[in-house]
Amino acid sequence: DKTIKLWKITERDKRPEGYNLKDEEGKLKDLSTVTSLQVPVLKPMDLMVEVTPRRIFANGHTYHVNSISVNSDCETYMSADDLRINLWHLAITDRSFNIVDIKPANMEDLTEVITASEFHPHHCNLFVYSSSKGSLRLCDMRASALCDKHFWVYEEPEDPSNRSFFSEIISSVSDVKFSHSGRYMLTRDYLTVKVWDLNMETKPVETYQVHDYLRSKLCSLYENDCIFDKFECAWNGSDSVIMTGAYNNFFRMFDRNTKRDVTLEASRESSKPRAILKPRRVCVGGKRRKDDISVDSLDFTKKILHTAWHPTENIIAIAATNNLYIFQDKVNSEMH
Amino acid sequence: MFVRGLKRKCFDGEEDIEGTLAGIKAIPSYNLQRQSLLDMSLVKLQLCHMLVEPNLCRSVLIANTVRQIQEEMTQDGTWQMINTQSTGQASLDRLVSTDILCRSSRDQAEGKHVTPYSTFSKDFESDQAQDGSETMSTASSVQAPRNLQSNMWEMENPQDNKGNFQKSLDQIFETLENKSPNSVEDLFSEVDNSYYDLDTMLTGMMSSTKMGHCDSLETFSSPTNTASNSNCKSDLNDLDHIVEILVES
Repeated sequence: DKTIKLWKITERDKRPEGYNLKDEEGKLKDLSTVTSLQVPVLKPMDLMVEVTPRRIFANGHTYHVNSISVNSDCETYMSADDLRINLWHLAITDRSFNIVDIKPANMEDLTEVITASEFHPHHCNLFVYSSSKGSLRLCDMRASALCDKHFWVYEEPEDPSNRSFFSEIISSVSDVKFSHSGRYMLTRDYLTVKVWDLNMETKPVETYQVHDYLRSKLCSLYENDCIFDKFECAWNGSDSVIMTGAYNNFFRMFDRNTKRDVTLEASRESSKPRAILKPRRVCVGGKRRKDDISVDSLDFTKKILHTAWHPTENIIAIAATNNLYIFQDKVNSEMH
Repeated sequence: MFVRGLKRKCFDGEEDIEGTLAGIKAIPSYNLQRQSLLDMSLVKLQLCHMLVEPNLCRSVLIANTVRQIQEEMTQDGTWQMINTQSTGQASLDRLVSTDILCRSSRDQAEGKHVTPYSTFSKDFESDQAQDGSETMSTASSVQAPRNLQSNMWEMENPQDNKGNFQKSLDQIFETLENKSPNSVEDLFSEVDNSYYDLDTMLTGMMSSTKMGHCDSLETFSSPTNTASNSNCKSDLNDLDHIVEILVES
């Protein structure tokens, strides 16, 4: 987790048959048996996906890499670890430039680490990085070689009525994603997802509760380490819906326009291929409907940390423990 | 071998907590839970520390939590209350999850009828925003609103303890950097000394039985059991022993 690799993925679904010099198994033919020449023919075969590493960017990081982001210039990318961010060229593996360094002179003074980072989708000089204290820093690489002086800091002041010993931990940002438009940023912390407008640093423009019923369970979640789980978040292609994972194989989607949200489950039992997912509900005491799950029966070992949305289509990928689920919109289901 | 200290009774009676926030009942519960949280956090830090590849983010967050608890305890002058609480058995893995620690500090303050607490939390928040290295100055700046119940607490002493405590946290970070195998013992000896100082300062408050613990702590040198990382389970048991002793002082 300190080395970055660039892989080439290829698909092969045909292979040539009918070589002149080799037989089907690849052994050299006895030339005396060859009486005529033939042109090899491409025959279909089972789809084979091949992955080969094309570049290995090693020795750039002392700490664990938490994010990589390819720049809009398609030539450079950055990689971030807990304390530093490096800028690389995709074709050059033996050199990188350090653009952010928050390591204190004295490690004893360390109280904050970098948790995620991303390049702006259109402005190749801008990038954002998030911290374990819940702040976002937008930096401009044109300002100086070492971007320690951020351009803007995006931070919401703490709500004093909600303060507890766990306030800092749950404010730690686990993922940050720019919207496709480049106007907004999406952040995920332990209990919420927030939409930030780049033009406003004082607070997010929208906040959505992912699983607020966990707020009274923070002590247990601290004890079993779940409070340190890092969930990702994603935008849909038009930036109108945001998505993130939760526990019990649940994932949540929030429609920014209608303000409606839905909880869905990614599991074998609840979804046969081609079946439409049924919305799930977590009940927090009071009325309990059929099929509701109570908070105490949530399975915290089944966590959906990684989610992704196709850049243009309504197709999503959900990683649930050992399984990868691909879901698509009803409308799209006509396509193969 | 080290002498076993008194053990706390596993905390029960959640109904008391859930019911009323006001009155004297809330106070011991909150402090007990806070102490348990502190113990749990220290154990987590030790464990992180033993990993080959420690997770820096997690360690930083846990260490910040520990600092926060410790600062609050110092400001409340509640170090003395820990010693009067011991009533039996407690086991870390039977920690009952309550939401009392998740409630706001203001709710707790109502129960304690200590009005300066809300000003503490304000100072706290503003200071929290600053660099962690300023924790020493934070304690001294909050001296003025302290008109709590009479305590024999000298202002210099908490800072001494804090210094020692801070140093043990610092050592955790250094060892995360260096991953030196001897640091665990160093860490233990540091924390031991701080608790020992605590005991000597509280002579007026403590019963004679407690002084016995000081003796046991003096003889408590580097824990040989923790030197071997081969058997994690036995390490955890040893840690339980060690933490219980630390807490009892």
